[in-house]
Amino acid sequence: MSVLIFIDHSEGQVKKASLEALSYGAALAGQLGVAAEGILLGTVTTDLSSLGRYGVKKIHQAPQDGLNHLDAQVYAKIIAEAATASGATILVFSNNLSGKAVAPRVAARLKAALVSGAVALPDTTNGFVVKKNVFSGKAFAHVALNTPVRVIALNPNSYAVKEGEGSAEVLSLAVTAAPRVKVLSATQASGQVPLTEAEIVVSGGRGLKGPENWGMIEELAKVLGAATACSRPVADAHWRPHNEHVGQTGIAIAPNLYIAIGISGAIQHLAGVNRSKVIVVVNKDPEAPFFKAADYGIVGDAFEVVPKMIEAVKKLKGMAQ
Amino acid sequence: MKILVCISKTPDTTAKISFTQNNTKFASDGVQWIINPYDEWYALVRAIELKEKDPSAVIHLATIGLADTEPIIRKALAIGGDEAIRVNADSADSFYIAAQLAEVARQGAYDLIFTGKETIDYNGSSIGGMLAELLDLPYISLAVKFDLSGDTATVIREIEGGEETDEVSLPVVVSCQKGVAEQRIPNMKGIMSARTKPLKVVEPVAAEALTSIVSFELPPAKAGVKLVPADNPAELIRLLHEEAKVF
Repeated sequence: MSVLIFIDHSEGQVKKASLEALSYGAALAGQLGVAAEGILLGTVTTDLSSLGRYGVKKIHQAPQDGLNHLDAQVYAKIIAEAATASGATILVFSNNLSGKAVAPRVAARLKAALVSGAVALPDTTNGFVVKKNVFSGKAFAHVALNTPVRVIALNPNSYAVKEGEGSAEVLSLAVTAAPRVKVLSATQASGQVPLTEAEIVVSGGRGLKGPENWGMIEELAKVLGAATACSRPVADAHWRPHNEHVGQTGIAIAPNLYIAIGISGAIQHLAGVNRSKVIVVVNKDPEAPFFKAADYGIVGDAFEVVPKMIEAVKKLKGMAQ
Repeated sequence: MKILVCISKTPDTTAKISFTQNNTKFASDGVQWIINPYDEWYALVRAIELKEKDPSAVIHLATIGLADTEPIIRKALAIGGDEAIRVNADSADSFYIAAQLAEVARQGAYDLIFTGKETIDYNGSSIGGMLAELLDLPYISLAVKFDLSGDTATVIREIEGGEETDEVSLPVVVSCQKGVAEQRIPNMKGIMSARTKPLKVVEPVAAEALTSIVSFELPPAKAGVKLVPADNPAELIRLLHEEAKVF
């Protein structure tokens, strides 16, 4: 018995979401008294043995360059076979975009119960029950996984990375891959904090009146080390790129801090951000529904409030004013 | 070309979420049901657009559900599609649903299978992947653009931190999200014709549910917003730093 954790990567770097998955998998292995192992397909620039810090003893790597593009069918076959060969009875993925592509295939292949969107360690006192988000963040379900082999896809930003001491043994995995999907091109928005991994997100809405006013949103994000986001009307009006759109039809995020500026807080928007740990709303309309979902708020004009917020953050962080 | 679009019934986006029977069942009384938005706006509409380009294409809709699912499937037929198949079973869990859809797919020998990226109730994002695995087909998740030339599909999908353009030969399973198509409102002609489109009811094949829901829980109520005066944003930053400790 062991716990096998899928390690996702892009541009040569292990994803933060996977460090969370490693920490979660290692804690679960500790809870069950079994070993935690990792699996990585493709190549990274990080020294993989250093991932032992997150509690894994072994990492199985299939170091072919061809595996650097995630092909759900190829990945699922390799991971399922590696799980069977290593005697893994629990597989842990991040429920990020990569996990969503692969975890369900692996589960179906192994005929293993799957919980996607897990937010806590399993309760094993009576069976194997995992808490997950349902109804677009409006509720939780406790789901029993009723098979001998189980797959858990952990929601990003719901389990803290735990770093300790240790080194992992890296084992080479011999695989043959015959992808049926041909990758023509891939683009990465580099140099920015990816929205799904950001701990702080600064988001703007229609209240900002036009794309020319985004300078202060970007600056507030910059001084906070945050990612920028926007509401649906803003993306639909092409004020901001679609990949910044958070909400029901856009991306669902769960940062530690979500700052909504000039966003009224329609239920569809809330569905994408209501898992944020702390929500701050700045809106000149005291009746904006977003205030009901917020932890902190300012009823005021964003054009006066935001520059003062930037100033205060700079002062706090000792940055040049 | 034959296209299968998988359709799920979900509570309306604005529905109040609550539970009964000691928090073990979703309280469905008075809830408005809709077609899962991702299935309707993106998967179904893109299939219709493909048929508009190639009128010889046939679109089937499939859903897993009891008789109370029929208004939803009729509504989907009013938007488009040639016929629907309802597997007469309660949707027990994602593996069970995928197993039923796989049987429908095998019977219909489809070239293209579309799902929405997730349902807005259980947020599993898992049916497409499971279905592809059970059918041993390629799976392209989270498509934002889908084009077809002969039997070759070119798909742009969202990946971590970016986008990838893929090329794949049919048959293939694709999960659809925003960008693939734009929402359409059914017109009167569609609504009228939907009444006479075939809706075939089939019995489920033997399959197991691998998971079960033990209970539901609502998140703790928010303590209420703490308002800071508009002339003192520095106080907000102080609270975020010292009280909420988020940076």
